[in-house]
Amino acid sequence: MSRQSVARRRLLGMIRKESLQIIRDPSSIAIAFIMPVVLLLLFGYGVSLDARHVPIAIVVEQADGQTVSLGAAFSHSEYFSPQYFATIQRAQKAFDAREVFAIVWLKNDFSDHLRRGDSGGIGVIVNGVDANQARISEGYIEGVWQTWLLSYIDQQDLNLSLPLTMQSRLWFNAAVSSRNFLVPGLIAVIMTLIGAMLTAMVVAREWERGTMEALLVTPIRINEIIVGKLLPYFILGMGGMLLSVAMAVGLFGVPLRGSFLLLVATSALFMLVTLGMGLLISIVAKNQFIAGQIAIIVTFLPAFILSGFIFQIDAMPEFIQWLTLLIPARYFVNILQTLFLAGNIWPIILANAAALAVMMLVFLGLARHKMHKRLQ
Amino acid sequence: MMIFLRRILALAIKEFLAILRDKKSRFILIGPPLAQLLIFGYAATFDLNHIPVAINNEDRGQAARALIARISASPHFDVVANIDRDAAIVPVIDNKQALVMVHIDTQFSDDLKSGRGAVAQIIIDGRNSNTALLAMGYLRTIFNDYNRDWLREHGATGPPAVLRIRPWYNENLLSRWFVVPGIVGLLSLVVTTIVTGLSVAREREAGTFDQLLVTPMRPAEILVGKAIPGVVIGLVEGSLILLLVVFWFEIPLRGSLGALYLGFFLFLLSAVGVGLMISSLARTQQQGILGAFLFLVPAVLLSGFATPIANMPEIVQQLTLINPMRYFMIILRGVFLEGDSYALLWQQYWPMAIIAFVTLIAAAVLFRWRSAA
Repeated sequence: MSRQSVARRRLLGMIRKESLQIIRDPSSIAIAFIMPVVLLLLFGYGVSLDARHVPIAIVVEQADGQTVSLGAAFSHSEYFSPQYFATIQRAQKAFDAREVFAIVWLKNDFSDHLRRGDSGGIGVIVNGVDANQARISEGYIEGVWQTWLLSYIDQQDLNLSLPLTMQSRLWFNAAVSSRNFLVPGLIAVIMTLIGAMLTAMVVAREWERGTMEALLVTPIRINEIIVGKLLPYFILGMGGMLLSVAMAVGLFGVPLRGSFLLLVATSALFMLVTLGMGLLISIVAKNQFIAGQIAIIVTFLPAFILSGFIFQIDAMPEFIQWLTLLIPARYFVNILQTLFLAGNIWPIILANAAALAVMMLVFLGLARHKMHKRLQ
Repeated sequence: MMIFLRRILALAIKEFLAILRDKKSRFILIGPPLAQLLIFGYAATFDLNHIPVAINNEDRGQAARALIARISASPHFDVVANIDRDAAIVPVIDNKQALVMVHIDTQFSDDLKSGRGAVAQIIIDGRNSNTALLAMGYLRTIFNDYNRDWLREHGATGPPAVLRIRPWYNENLLSRWFVVPGIVGLLSLVVTTIVTGLSVAREREAGTFDQLLVTPMRPAEILVGKAIPGVVIGLVEGSLILLLVVFWFEIPLRGSLGALYLGFFLFLLSAVGVGLMISSLARTQQQGILGAFLFLVPAVLLSGFATPIANMPEIVQQLTLINPMRYFMIILRGVFLEGDSYALLWQQYWPMAIIAFVTLIAAAVLFRWRSAA
């Protein structure tokens, strides 16, 4: 028998052993398939930045045609559901109790001022605690106000036109749905969790039990151990990935504008990075307790906060931006958002895929090196 | 009674030693949370500065130049490219070189002067819809200012009324003020759940758990002894983070510290309750970690920490009612920014008290059941 075919049989034997181990302990299969489905369902529906039907208070001190039509303008907008108050004190109470998010205060001389054009400003108070929502709501309030004002000007036959208007178009996401960018990002976060957690915990258990050392006395090579360990999890992870993509498109209606093959190829690359990360964690940690802790610390929160999944990386301070370069999910989030929403934009795909390839080599190389040392 | 207290105290001390004696696990309790606070405190922001803008100006007039000058003078925008042909627009946006493209056509200055009204076309990269909306908001402000000044300079009548929008509690709309207090809850939840979630499983694996069961301690006493370190470690860790939030990040603490700590204590009790439930169910540490994880991820994402609960579909909103972190987020922000005291926070206290009660009882029952088995 040639040496090559012996090596191949060794490797096949190793893969077979690992696969049997997975099949007999169904918890890994559950992690790979059930976890993405549950997480994606929960977060695909739960995590949204789109404010709809925000409760606002409209204080009407003296009702007349103008206040009624302005109130109607707010109710017609899908962004607001107005409640009416007769005095500012009562509205303020609801505001303090967080029952309403904003107050629009129409004083009793509102219509008079409007007629004379000397109001000096209609007071609006917004709860600024959540600065992001406050800013977006401000935009929508302005929008409702502008529309109402234009129709008022039209009605009163006033000769007025704004010197400069803005005609804006949103590319890639005309419906301005945050789900379209959050769901692809979520896939990256979930796959980071699954890939790294799965390998970190499972392999750490083997170190703890000494079954890893037991492999040493067999003639198998380190490269073969690594391939044999990772391949079954790679296949599981890719299965979970495809399931997530199917849900993103089929259930959440996120458009997939780029090529499916490219998506699979970059996902495979990313999967290898997270598996390498998990392997490295398990070797460094030596036991499950530490491995689990490290896996949570370096995967979930960084993938959530530093990947650009929800917080824009460009907006972070310079040194944090440098730090995000070390987070693999960052590159994959960028690839996924682009492939789903914009299409095959090669400069972006290639640059991020190259970064992932480098990370893969570093993680797997380090894992191999450390494993070598540990086994001696 | 005295014996009872002494026994519990002895077990609690033993638990502390077990957690804190090991150098690695001691480090893991203190190092990463503080590092994470510092990193996330800076990273977790929705505010945008230096949004890259590309300009495509076909107008030779002064009015267009004035508009562009306003955009590039704004701290929110950086002009990164001047485009002179239509073919260049698509790649600039596609490759994320610019987030916004402002197109001013040849008629711009003439339209403005003649009073017909000029139009500027804006293209925004909508891949991140939140960023796109914010960028549009900043641009709208610039346009409104431009209009107001133009009308004043030309002695024309403006609109009959304008809105004066004032944000309360966070007057400059800094999203850091919103996110950083939330990190107190986030990190203490993670630490407490992991400490308590693994405590029984670790002993089971080491075999010391059976020894514990043959001591005269009753299961309930063992449980209390294991709960105390979780609460204490959470309180200490949380207080450390609070100090940094106030003195390092300089987030204003406007409300009552007592009201904050009452909420914090109830929050930790419910986190410990969940942790001990996981602990009594898990046979191995791996299961313990997985359980902790399966609780932590949804608890964090569905707490209102980053995305508002009000935006979730009704059924998911109902689901968040059993998430203790949801209530603590409101307490943290209420006390920090809105200056709340006890009176305004009752709605948040009692659900957490119920969650703590139910989870601790459930943990005791599961614990008895598992140790009998």
